[in-house]
Amino acid sequence: MEMTGEFHIPAPRQRVWEALNDPEILKLAIPGCREIEKVSDTEFTAKVVAKVGPVSATFGGKVNLSDLDPPRAYTISGEGSGGVAGFARGSAKVNLDEDGADATRLRYAVEANVGGKLAQIGSRLIDVTSRKMAEDFFGRFVAAITPAGAAGEAAPAEAGATAPAPEASQAPAAAPASDAAAAEAETEPEAASEKPTRRLSPAVWVTGLTAFVGAVLYFFTRKGGPR
Amino acid sequence: MTTVGAPVRRREDYRFLTGQGTYTDDINRPNQLYAYILRSPHAHARIDGIDSAAAAKAPGVVAVFTGKDMAADGVGGLPCGWLVHSKDGSPMKEPPHPPLAIDRVRHVGDPVAVVIGETLAQAREAADLVEIDYGEEPAVVDPAEALKPTAPLVFSDVPGNLCYDWSLGDLAAVDAAFARAARIVKLDLVNNRLVPNAMEPRAAIGEFYRATGEYTLFTTSQNPHVIRLLMGAFVLHIPEAKLRVVAPDVGGGFGSKIYHYAEEAIVTWAAGKLRRPVKWTAERSESFMSDAHGRDHVTHVELALDADAKFLALKVSTIANMGAYLSTFAPCIPTYLYGTLLAGTYPTPAIYVETKAVFTHTVPVDAYRGAGRPEATFLLERIVDLAADELGIDPAELRRRNFIPADAFPYQTPVALQYDSGDYQTTLEMATSAADYAGCEERRRAAMARGKLRGIGIATYIEACGIAPSAVVGSLGARAGLYESAAIRVHPTGSVTVMTGSHSHGQGHETTFSQLVADRLGIPIENVEIVHGDTAKIPYGMGTNGSRSLAVGGTAIVKAMDKVIAKGKKIAAHLLEAAEADIEFADGKFTVAGTDRSKTLGEVALTAYVPHNYPEDLEPGLDETAFYDPKNFTFPSGAYVAEVEIDPETGRLEIVNFTAADDFGNIINPMIVAGQVHGGLAQGIGQAVLEGCVYDKATGQLLTGSYNDYAMPRADDLPSFRLSTHATPCTHNPLGVKGCGEAGAIGAPAALTNAIVDALRPLGVRHVDMPATPEKLWRVIQQHRSPLAAE
Repeated sequence: MEMTGEFHIPAPRQRVWEALNDPEILKLAIPGCREIEKVSDTEFTAKVVAKVGPVSATFGGKVNLSDLDPPRAYTISGEGSGGVAGFARGSAKVNLDEDGADATRLRYAVEANVGGKLAQIGSRLIDVTSRKMAEDFFGRFVAAITPAGAAGEAAPAEAGATAPAPEASQAPAAAPASDAAAAEAETEPEAASEKPTRRLSPAVWVTGLTAFVGAVLYFFTRKGGPR
Repeated sequence: MTTVGAPVRRREDYRFLTGQGTYTDDINRPNQLYAYILRSPHAHARIDGIDSAAAAKAPGVVAVFTGKDMAADGVGGLPCGWLVHSKDGSPMKEPPHPPLAIDRVRHVGDPVAVVIGETLAQAREAADLVEIDYGEEPAVVDPAEALKPTAPLVFSDVPGNLCYDWSLGDLAAVDAAFARAARIVKLDLVNNRLVPNAMEPRAAIGEFYRATGEYTLFTTSQNPHVIRLLMGAFVLHIPEAKLRVVAPDVGGGFGSKIYHYAEEAIVTWAAGKLRRPVKWTAERSESFMSDAHGRDHVTHVELALDADAKFLALKVSTIANMGAYLSTFAPCIPTYLYGTLLAGTYPTPAIYVETKAVFTHTVPVDAYRGAGRPEATFLLERIVDLAADELGIDPAELRRRNFIPADAFPYQTPVALQYDSGDYQTTLEMATSAADYAGCEERRRAAMARGKLRGIGIATYIEACGIAPSAVVGSLGARAGLYESAAIRVHPTGSVTVMTGSHSHGQGHETTFSQLVADRLGIPIENVEIVHGDTAKIPYGMGTNGSRSLAVGGTAIVKAMDKVIAKGKKIAAHLLEAAEADIEFADGKFTVAGTDRSKTLGEVALTAYVPHNYPEDLEPGLDETAFYDPKNFTFPSGAYVAEVEIDPETGRLEIVNFTAADDFGNIINPMIVAGQVHGGLAQGIGQAVLEGCVYDKATGQLLTGSYNDYAMPRADDLPSFRLSTHATPCTHNPLGVKGCGEAGAIGAPAALTNAIVDALRPLGVRHVDMPATPEKLWRVIQQHRSPLAAE
């Protein structure tokens, strides 16, 4: 899976960089984030719970940061296991560009592989679902770091508009399911307990993963189908 | 009162259509536990450790077992039932196949551990707590890639992933024929990998009776005795007398339920360990990654023709994917059920075929409806069509010119088989007439005017069914005989129970066999009961596969009836005070020849069970068993004509006509035969235009693992079929029957692909690999369009 996108954030670049390192903000933005633990300056572990209906899965992941260039760019890569649901691994290259004095353009390019049931059931769902959830994440993120008034001027709508259009190969039929998946996913945000860090977070990657687990679980339970 | 040849409605359908069938998952045993099987998410990885402590403590969990637990208890690997030798005489590589992987997983879905709980939900929940430390390694899924020296090895002691390198035929004769050929036609093609998709997923319940030491396995099998033999003797070491295998109502198999699967051994073994019944039912996604897949060949074929367009020689080189382990009958599919069929309906004097079977990090591949014969038919009928195109001869005419003539039977092919009967000109004539083949050019022009590309395609086929003469298959490497058994129990008042070793999982045996017995014994069909699928009730059985049930199982029933009638004549002669030689049996009556003195079967049966007035030397009872080992294969054949229209703007394909003319020999129930042909055609069409199993080449992940991504044919994908039959009876079984279960799946892919290529021929298209999905057709059309536009 490869996914790229960009978001216009009505805040200065330094502010965005800092916010992306603020666990209080990340806690709000990452759906289902149970804990983020800093192992070293460039290593984290994260646990995310996705729960749909009666089924829940804990997704445990390791995250590494590299190519750090604060406040401009970094590469984040990681892998995680979702138990019987399979595994996922991937990396995201994230760039923050100044967009005038008071705004930032965040660009990301994700490459991810999934395995086991995640691949079996979801190879067609992963793109649209991850994109949707990435948009949700940045929507929440922007809302959290900008004053209430500014939030309206920002994000989800504009973010959606600036994100590249899905490719033709993405089946439109899959979209309603994944939209619904995003809507149905009951997430359990809990406070990340670790101290503020100077490094960037696994936000992008974890978000994609969460989205995907949510979609798969949704698929298992809602359709009753490909059990 | 004969019912043979009549379209008797299926007796079993009442219970199926009203939801009263009893499938394995419908069965629940007292105190039953549930198994959830953990499967590898990786295509290839070391198992560096399994920590099941947390799962074992989870609520409701009774046990967690791994491959090491089973091995420590002496459980053996899953055996392979066929040994193929390479060209150089060396035996195939036969690596171990433990029911649960021990130190390494070799495909996505490879079972690694089993969690057994009081409820399925508890077992599944706990499975998430099992921590498996995988060391991922590179994987190879493509059979041609697997042979390359740089490919990752599936087994470290199988160099080049090569299971065997087999050949059949006279290479020198073939090379000589190619040297003097007027024309040589060449083609590379792929026979796409398929997922079987029986409507009923696999399921198994193991049970152990402490008091008697007996085991019972309920399982979704096409051949319960074969499972008892393989699992009892090789895997769990349970004597047959202590192991009962029951295959109750089974909802479709298509080959995928022939094999002995890990889950059967796991639940039976666990039931013995835990002293409680253990049930497992596949989730649909498990079916995709654990039922043996079908096909998956990569082939190069060359056909040599003389100046009169007669076939001189055929040369075939195939790479066949075995998957990660050898499934029960896998080695024989791309060899003895494939290479031997390459003569097809033609008297090609020289044929050479070589097959390299390779291991890959994919689900094991084995027989799937047609099993080797669809692959043979596809390549042969594609290369014949291509030859017709290159020579500028009508494809029907080229076939007519080359058929084995109807008076040439028995016909010995250069690839081991001897065809007993057939009439290929007639079935082709029937199919082309019914399809108005002559009018196709006009319809093509009319379609062109509507902006559509229309094409027509022919395929003839021959298949070797009625599998199989035991001595022949034994000499070819089979580790089993392929006879069949039947027992006829005439009850005291004249009703009859038939115990057959054939197994019905959709074929309608309860009707066809009843017709056969009612007809021959002269009793109402209601008085006949067919029993199958239980090793405790049936003498023995090799089950149902290879379109063998009527030709082999039906003949065993006939042989048993012959014994019943012979004994009945002795009893009747005694009662009628006549010589045994003067007793004739017809219409349910034993009659003294030339008189009106007779006894009914019921009277004779009652006498046999109440033998107050009875021949001195004769045993009481009227209960006879027969085994029948066929003398030869049977050779159903036929001709199919497909006609398609393709929308060049979208690639959408419509099958506008599909016509079949089949020679199944004699027919007992034409409605059941039509149903079998319909089903086979649907599956063949599915392979041709919809179905394709796809693995990610880099990661080995199964990408088509659900119905989101694996397209099954639906009613609106299929035309209304035009069927007809023509009988040249089989010469070596008493019923003259050949078998009809696989024909549609064998002939349809070639007919349809030929039609598609015909439709695209104006664009310069020479071949399209299956499945010809709208996307693939659209791309092919786009690639070929620009030169056309430039003309």
